Amino acid sequence: MKKKYLHIHRLRRVYVWELPVRFYHWLNAASIIALIITGFYIANPLALVSHQEAAFRYTTGWVRFIHFAAAYIFFFNFLFRIYWGFVGNKYAGWKQFIPTSKRFFREMWQVFKIDILMLKGKEYMSVGHNAMAGLIYFFTFIAFGIQCLTGFGLYSVTSRWWLPRLFAWVPSVLGGESMTRQIHHWTMWFFILFVVIHVYLVFYHDYIEGRGEMSSMGGGWKFIEEEAFIKDHNDEL
Amino acid sequence: MQQPTYYEEVLRKGYSRRDFLKFATMMAAFMGLEGTAIGQVAKALETRRRLPVIWLHFQECTCCSESFIRSSHPIVADILLDQISLDYTETLMAASGFQAEAAMRDTIKRYNGEYILCVEGSVPMEADGVYCMIGGKTAMQVLEEAAEGAKAIIAWGSCACSGCVQAAKPNPTSATPIHKLVKGKPIIKVPGCPPIGEVMAGVIVHLVTFDRIPELDNLGRPKAFYSKRVHDTCYRRPFYDAGLYVESFDDENAKKGYCLYKMGCKGPVTYNACGVTKWNGGTSFPIQSGHGCIGCSEENYWDNGRLYERASSFAGFGIESTADKIGAIALGATTAALLGHAVMTNVRKHKMIYDLEEEGRADEQQLNAEP
Repeated sequence: MKKKYLHIHRLRRVYVWELPVRFYHWLNAASIIALIITGFYIANPLALVSHQEAAFRYTTGWVRFIHFAAAYIFFFNFLFRIYWGFVGNKYAGWKQFIPTSKRFFREMWQVFKIDILMLKGKEYMSVGHNAMAGLIYFFTFIAFGIQCLTGFGLYSVTSRWWLPRLFAWVPSVLGGESMTRQIHHWTMWFFILFVVIHVYLVFYHDYIEGRGEMSSMGGGWKFIEEEAFIKDHNDEL
Repeated sequence: MQQPTYYEEVLRKGYSRRDFLKFATMMAAFMGLEGTAIGQVAKALETRRRLPVIWLHFQECTCCSESFIRSSHPIVADILLDQISLDYTETLMAASGFQAEAAMRDTIKRYNGEYILCVEGSVPMEADGVYCMIGGKTAMQVLEEAAEGAKAIIAWGSCACSGCVQAAKPNPTSATPIHKLVKGKPIIKVPGCPPIGEVMAGVIVHLVTFDRIPELDNLGRPKAFYSKRVHDTCYRRPFYDAGLYVESFDDENAKKGYCLYKMGCKGPVTYNACGVTKWNGGTSFPIQSGHGCIGCSEENYWDNGRLYERASSFAGFGIESTADKIGAIALGATTAALLGHAVMTNVRKHKMIYDLEEEGRADEQQLNAEP
């Protein structure tokens, strides 16, 4: 089979994702996966058959424990990421997620045309994530917020610690724990759909752009075209 | 005429002091008070004049009254309700017609600012309130009149607290709970369909004993009775933690008394005293009788999903659709869309990728050409 290799001299290696961002990303991914699996079990436990007495078993108890432990990790990790949005590099900054300029919307339109409608047009030149991705991540942050509010709201009654107790008002505002639980369950589906699309798009961008999108969340570096690098660099100045 | 004390009435009805003290002890226990408070309860019932009470019935089924008069101790029905405490209640009073109306007006005037207003039922607001008229007045008019001079209001049952079944979607009569209609008065919510009789008695005895309303949670329910979930006081809880569940009502697990979680038991989302106080004088409660909790003391429990299933219907997608079904369909649609996108990418972006590779090849040649 023919060996395939290419030399592209117009690329720069740019450190995009700092270590805390990468750490956050994978911890977040792991805790969300744990939360989804245990969450499904809590919503509809498996029909286990056992000859043991109830006193010798703690199956649902452990599943719930993992869910709550993962929830705490998720929560503090999320808080850390918000903090990092103010102190991290520009690719991690809050302005990447919240549309604050005309350019943000222009780039979103470009992404929509080129990546979703697959039309020809002016290529967008972002170094971090593109504007569309940024806005979607902003929606995930809102979903994180909803899950934290409803989750800790449901959990608060079983805890004496002040932190979950801070959320005790949530079920009464949403019209009872039943409704809170439903919202918690519905929102989980957003995460599942997000994960599928997110993973696909990472493959897609890696394939199309050849910037090392996939490995960037491992090592933090991306290969950026000279042109995009200069544009991005000039914006900074 | 001065009102008699509760104790005087107890003796007049032929109860012994021993019965009276038993009653005081029982009530203190139900209210979750410590042992030393028994004396306080007994003393209050001995010395305090009875509270004048007006008990109104609107859109309801009277199950709250039924529950109350069937409290485990006869003194509850005999003294607190039946004989002395009620100046006006449609269901139990002897008077009728103009006489009854006069009795109510009389109480409102004579005990202005002193009487307790108990409300059973919701108030219909649709069509100027014609769906519930008493003595030529709408429920709202009656409520307004009686609430004006009330010291405090007790909203008995889920009807008065959240509207219960008549407020379920689409709520044709616009059945409205009391706290949304009366402002500026302390309102004690005692939800349940019906509330437990002992809980109702406990609320009244608390008012008598301490002369102030009991400590309420952020939904306005007395903490003494509504601070725990049925789930947390359920004797089947160990089966829940162990992961042992009833899978159908006639299976072996049901026989063994496993947890009813998967049968749609609403215990985990319901705040009530059923697991502790139980019903019918502590005989049993739904879960003990093999049936899941339906969450009757929770707001909008009729609209909060199905009684016998954990999953609830997904709003706007028809009653058969659960969140998981919709989610699975969305997941399938997303996957199909992504597959389509992947195919389209290879078709439409073919040239782009080709160009990129060409560029690389050109670079490669340039590199090789260099010495």
